[in-house]
Amino acid sequence: MTPDSFNFLAGLVKVRSGIVLTADKGYMLETRLGTMLRREGIAGLDALALRLRAPRSEALAAEMVEALTTNESSFFRDGKPFEHLKKLLPKLAAARPPGQAIRIWSAACSSGQEAYSIAITAVGLGAALAGRRVEIVGTDLSQEMLQRAREGVYTQFEVQRGLPVQMLVKHFRQEGTRWQVAPELRAMVCWQAFNLLDDPRGLGRFDVVFCRNVLIYFDAPTKSRVLAALASLVAADGVVYLGGAETVLGLTDRLVPTPGERGVYEAARPAARTG
Amino acid sequence: MTQRTCLVVDDSLVVRKAARRIIEGFGFAVREAKDGQEALDACRAQLPDGVLLDWNMPVMDGITFLRAARAEFGPDHPRIVLCTTEAEIARIIEALSAGAQEYVMKPFDADIIRDKFTQVGLLEEVA
Repeated sequence: MTPDSFNFLAGLVKVRSGIVLTADKGYMLETRLGTMLRREGIAGLDALALRLRAPRSEALAAEMVEALTTNESSFFRDGKPFEHLKKLLPKLAAARPPGQAIRIWSAACSSGQEAYSIAITAVGLGAALAGRRVEIVGTDLSQEMLQRAREGVYTQFEVQRGLPVQMLVKHFRQEGTRWQVAPELRAMVCWQAFNLLDDPRGLGRFDVVFCRNVLIYFDAPTKSRVLAALASLVAADGVVYLGGAETVLGLTDRLVPTPGERGVYEAARPAARTG
Repeated sequence: MTQRTCLVVDDSLVVRKAARRIIEGFGFAVREAKDGQEALDACRAQLPDGVLLDWNMPVMDGITFLRAARAEFGPDHPRIVLCTTEAEIARIIEALSAGAQEYVMKPFDADIIRDKFTQVGLLEEVA
């Protein structure tokens, strides 16, 4: 691949998804796009760049961005946020007016494991939520991932990552070597295509936002913009969960770390904000 | 802290070696047994912290060992994780009600064993 082709493809990915591909990610283009190139009968990445420079290449560009979106996921990934959520949900349930659902956003939900882990956590609280309805919104850039998440069907390998076997038995139905999330859990989640670069206000307000291991792919100005948007739609007593390697330091003063917790952030009180 | 111990029970030498390599990688001292009777003898000689247990084996199968171990050593110790090609939900429930703490459906890899060992408290959660 020529540097010119790489820069063109990386530019297209940046504009469409916010994901920054540095020059050392050339290998990622090769491995992630192989299947798509074969399917489309395109000889290589230079040929792909050529095709995408031509008019009417919209569908192909969308397909490329989907193929490059990182989809690594497991149930109860990193554990800690879900333990925190377990303590937080009863407090939120007690603080909300009667009839108002608790709304939770799984941003960049990939194949849905995070959203279903949230649903399992909420169902597990049972009476502690005093019958409070929990509404989960899973969004992702990739239509293919949303379709997978909506079906809630996972391989034997996937259901063994992070998911205690008691929960597997309780919340999944077996179909041969595949496992489908039970209908009552699937009914708790609605799935929607959404690009984190777009204005999220259309999604409504949330009590809790999971936005983990996504920002690492963005450049600093994009991170700042996304974090500010998350802060604007999370409830004053709600939280935003970020990935373990992510921070708000130097990016926004609208979210502050919850004292004593890792990866848990809350909206800054106006008085605490500087500038 | 003293080194944690694990007994790998499987009639396949290849599986035992693969499991041993993974579990030693987590810092455990590993012993092996090729059937349930050998496993029971090994437990009587010295009770391990954890047992990774195949289901289908000659002489004494895994579920028979599991019931015998629970009757003899109590419900919590050692932690027993099934590791078998038996992947029917009915089998999983049978093993759990016989006192297994976790269940691995083969094939497995280091990530799955680490997750399951963490869930049963044999490994600490990595921060």
